[in-house]
This record gives sequence, C-alpha cells and structure tokens, in this order.
Amino acid sequence: MALLELKDVSMIYNGKVRALDHINLTVEKGDWLAIMGPSGSGKTTLMNIIGCMDHATEGAITLDGISLMDVDDEKLTTIRREKIGMVFQQFHLVPYLTAVENVMVAQYYHSLPDVEEAMTALKRVGLEDRASHLPSQLSGGEQQRVCIARALINYPVLILADEPMGNLDEANQNLVMKIFHELHDEGHTIITVTHSPEVGREAGRCVVLEHGRIKEPTTPT
Amino acid sequence: MFWQMVKGALVRQSNRFMLIALTVALGVSLASAMLNVMFDVGDKVNRELKAYGANITVTPKNAALLRDVYGLTNSSAREFLNESDLGKIKTIFWTNNIVAFAPTLDGNLILKDGSELPALGTWFEHTMTLPTGETFSTGEIEMKSWWQIEGAYPVEGKSEALIGSKLAIEKNIHVGDVLELNNGDRLTISGVLTSGGDEDQALLTDLAVMQKALNVPGKIASIDISAITTPENDLARKAAANPDMLSQQEREIWYCTAYVSAIAYQIEEVIGNSSARPVRQIAESEGKILDKTQLLMLLITVLSLMSAALGVSNLVSANIMERSRELGLLKAIGATNLGVILLILTEIFIAGCIGGVVGYFAGLGLAQVIGSTVFGAGIANNVVVIPIVSVLMVTVLLVGSVPAIRMLLQLEPASVLHGR
Ligand SMILES: Nc1ncnc2c1ncn2[C@@H]1O[C@H](COP(=O)(O)OP(=O)(O)OP(=O)(O)O)[C@@H](O)[C@H]1O
Ligand SMILES: [Mg+2]
Repeated sequence: MALLELKDVSMIYNGKVRALDHINLTVEKGDWLAIMGPSGSGKTTLMNIIGCMDHATEGAITLDGISLMDVDDEKLTTIRREKIGMVFQQFHLVPYLTAVENVMVAQYYHSLPDVEEAMTALKRVGLEDRASHLPSQLSGGEQQRVCIARALINYPVLILADEPMGNLDEANQNLVMKIFHELHDEGHTIITVTHSPEVGREAGRCVVLEHGRIKEPTTPT
Repeated sequence: MFWQMVKGALVRQSNRFMLIALTVALGVSLASAMLNVMFDVGDKVNRELKAYGANITVTPKNAALLRDVYGLTNSSAREFLNESDLGKIKTIFWTNNIVAFAPTLDGNLILKDGSELPALGTWFEHTMTLPTGETFSTGEIEMKSWWQIEGAYPVEGKSEALIGSKLAIEKNIHVGDVLELNNGDRLTISGVLTSGGDEDQALLTDLAVMQKALNVPGKIASIDISAITTPENDLARKAAANPDMLSQQEREIWYCTAYVSAIAYQIEEVIGNSSARPVRQIAESEGKILDKTQLLMLLITVLSLMSAALGVSNLVSANIMERSRELGLLKAIGATNLGVILLILTEIFIAGCIGGVVGYFAGLGLAQVIGSTVFGAGIANNVVVIPIVSVLMVTVLLVGSVPAIRMLLQLEPASVLHGR
C-alpha cells in the first residue's frame, strides 16, 4: 500500500477560492517528490493538507493507512506529531530558545525531550557547535538547518519541506540539498516544494501544479 | 522542557513581561494600601473624631432625673459621684473602646477679696492605676484636642489654672497672675483657654484643688467619656429606649456589640447610682463617617483592580498577537491548545506574581504615606491583606487573560506560519 494517497482532493477557501482542484497523487515509501508550479498555484495549500495542518474540503486522503478526512483537529494534531516532519517556507524557530532547545521542543510535544538525541540531530546537519546559540545569532542557512534537524527528530514517516532553499544563498542551498540527498538515500520519504528546476531534477519525481491542478506527472530524464 | 521554555521567554524576552508585571504591581499596591488603611482606619478615624469631644456623659442618677424632668441644674442637696469609681470604667466588657475620660467638678471659687469665679475642676493629664493593676493616662488634653491654649496647660499638683478667654478679658487676668483663694490656696495662671464652649467663661484647675475649695473630698459631679462605637441600628435604638424590652438573644447581641448605648449601660453597671447618657448625635455621626470612609476605600480598591485587569488583558492580548507566529509554530509541531494556554498562563502568572510582590511592598509604603498625611499616624500592616490581595490578583490575571485565551484557541498554525 502507498504511504500517501490523494483521491480527487479539492480545497476551497471561503467558499470561493479553489486553491486545489481534484488532485490525484500517490507517494510510495522512499519516494522523493518535488512539487513545482507558479506562485499561487496551490503548492503550500497542498503541503498543509498533506502535513495535517488543514482539512481538505473534499476528496479522500490516506497517510500511512489512516484516513485524514474524517478526523477532528485534535486527532490531526496527533497524527502530525507522530508522522510528519515539517520544514516551513520561512524558517520558523522559537526566538528565545537556543538551537538545541528548539529541537527539543519538538521532542517535548512528541514524547520526551532528550539532549543527547537532539545534539545528534544537530550534528547530522553540521551544527553541533552552534547548539547553544539563539536563532538571532544564526545565519539564515543555519536556522534552516536547525529546522531540518527539528523535522527529523521524531523519526517521521514523511518529511515535508516547503521551499526549503527559497531564502538561501548558493552555498547553503548546496548544503541543504546534500542533507536531503542523504535522507533520501537512507530511505526517508520526502516531499519538497521548489521553484528551482534543478532541485526538481534531483528529486526522483516531479509534479507541476497550475491553478490548483496537476499539469502532468513528469519523470525527469 | 516546559520550565526551560517558560524561563527562556521570561528571561530572554523580559521586556515583554515588564509592563504586565508593572500593571499588576500598580493595581496590587493600590489595593493593598487601601485595604491596610481600611482595616486600620476605624481606629484612626475614631481617634480623629474624638476631637469633637465626649460621646458619653455620666452624672449622678438623681441629678440627671431632676434635669430631665424639671430642667433644673442647681439643687441645694447636690449629689455626687465618687472619684474612686473612675477606674471601674476601664473594667467593662468594651474597655478597649474607652479611649479617654475626664472627671469634672464645677462650682464657684471664692477669692480672698470675697469675689466669686465660676470654676471647673478636672484632670488635664492624669495617670492612674486601674483596678486591674495597669496604669492608664487620660484627661482633658487627650480628649479636647481642639482646645487652644495661650501659655501652657497646668501641671498636676502645682496649683496652676487655666483661665477661659472671655473670663480673662472680663476680669483682666493674664498668664502669670496669681489668684489667692479664701482658703489660703494660691493658683498661678499658666494659660488662657479658647475652647469655643462654656469653658471660655470659667477658671479650670486641678480636680483636687476644686474638691478642697468646695469641701467635697473624693467627689466629682460628672464624667466625660470618649469611646469608640459601632453605628447604631434598629436593635441599638430599641435597646436605648429600654434594655429590658429585649429578648434574651437580642440582649446578648446588643450587650456584646460596641453600640454607644451598650457601653453606656455597662458603665452604669459598674458605677453605682449613676446615669450614663450618650451624646447621641456625635456618637452616631462618628459611626456613619467611618462607614463611608471605608466604603470609599473599598471602591478605590475595586476600581484599581478593575483597571489593572483591563490593563493586563490588553497587554496579554498584545503579547499573544506579537507572538502568534511562534505560538502557531508550537501548535504546528504538535502542541495542543491546552499545552500552549498552560505555557502562556504560567509565564503571565510568574510575571504577575513578581509584580504582585513588588506591588504589595510598595502598597505598604503607600499606606504609611496615606497614614501620615491624612491621619498623622502610621498604619498597621495587617497580614490578612496578603491572602485577600493574592486572591484578587489571581482573579485579575485570570480575567485579564480570557480574551487572550480565546485568541489562542482561534490561532490556526497553517495561517500564521504562512503570514496570513
Ligand atoms: N487561508 C487562505 N484563505 C484564502 N485563500 C487562500 C488561503 N491560503 C491560500 N489561499 C489562496 O489559495 C491559492 C494557493 O495559495 P498557496 O499559498 O497554496 O500558493 P503557493 O503555490 O504556495 O504560492 P507561493 O509559491 O507564492 O508560495 C492562492 O490563490 C491563495 O491566495
Ligand atoms: Mg507557498
């Protein structure tokens, strides 16, 4: 069975804005899927629905065997906590907590905070020596890597990254790209939103959204 | 981790919580000052009102009867009270409410040249040993705070006297003059008294001098008493008409309440053959003014706490709004509504408590300032204020946080994280 399956999923905001229009999509375990498309095409909306941050208006979604359509907000929070690791479009960190504390917060809400494990996650993104720095003392690239460490900390079955490299310079983009490659090689399932065709090519699969519809499933050559 | 987060927020972003603490401090300081003053003000206001004179007068029973029935003041067969009974006033149930008293003995003094002067013997400042063994200082100086003296009060035992201002002009007597009585005593005028009352027309001297001149050793004509009293109510009025009309239960309540009539009744019980009459108007208005003063303080307390609650609610809402992204993030990575609310409330409560402690001590200072400027005396710090203010503060913080909690519940992580 596929890890993630969307059938005829639509998202209508305020009863009129059709941000997603009958989306059909299947993601297998171990896939790396890139979602592309122009601004306003519904990429973030799709990520929010897959990431259990929002309810779709219609359609059917199953994640790891669980239907996301007929659960309430609280259950959605639980599923998100257990299954999803999210990297947001802007780097979002708690400003008054250090890098390692920011990673531990995710552990705390999931199960139990564990400094050792959090440090290991930071090491993994190359930030073990910046563990006690506040977000304001970190560069954009470093902040984004803390976000990735946080997304990984609870062993999610699905990693979602909404334009993880949108605000980064070339060097940092490469660093982050390398991390995603490693994660993919380790067997993680990853969905990234990106504007860059290069990143799209690196991922195994690529779908292009336009006006809330999937234009064509393309497999880059 | 929870405390790590609370600590991080409070320590690394302390400026955000400074204003909350300050607002709470302000409210708490006003409230604790007002409550402290309120609890202590009964005493203060009463002592202040004592300036209006005695509120109970004790006279011999028959003298009172004659005066009441025939309007007579001078009877040839004059009755007296015993000076030795005075100490018993401080043995009644409400002894602590008896602030001061002074015996008086009036009559005419005959001078060596044969002329007469209306005179009043009393205690100016007298220390006595009570039947209980304690010592008690009292007298006119303590009771008649509005008396104005040009010169000095007579010192007990030194054969000194005050001359009423009107009498002084009439007889052309001055401070330092010596009056010689027909019994050989010599009285030095130590001061001229302006009281605005009958005393302005008389010579005032030691009770003992007067007793000797009138040849009534150990006797007094009346006692003026200043007592702290509870405002009168229907029960007190009923009792004042006739204590025997009360039921057993009513009587007990009345007897054990500091109504002026109950105190007067108890004085009659200890001083034989006496009649104790409340100077009612003063006694009643004292209680009323006290009630009103306390009501005013209560009102200020409530208003200050209400404004603190409004301030806190504004500040907390602003705090939540400023932090909506960060709180949305916490929700996005798995925090429940309850978890986020608990976190915010804990932070606010810690900030509030710090403010509360600071405010409490500031309030103690404020109470002293109020005490010394308004009443000219310190205010006792009542520990009862601490639990009351704590409960009020928690209520203020909770009420103040309600709008913020509602905002938190509506916070959608998906929206805030994408800047919408
Ligand atoms: N909460 C919302 N309420 C109303 N309309 C919304 C909401 N969120 C998104 N939309 C609309 O849905 C459409 C898709 O938005 P979405 O954010 O998914 O685009 P996107 O592909 O992520 O764009 P970008 O590349 O700029 O991030 C847009 O027209 C947007 O205005
Ligand atoms: Mg987007």
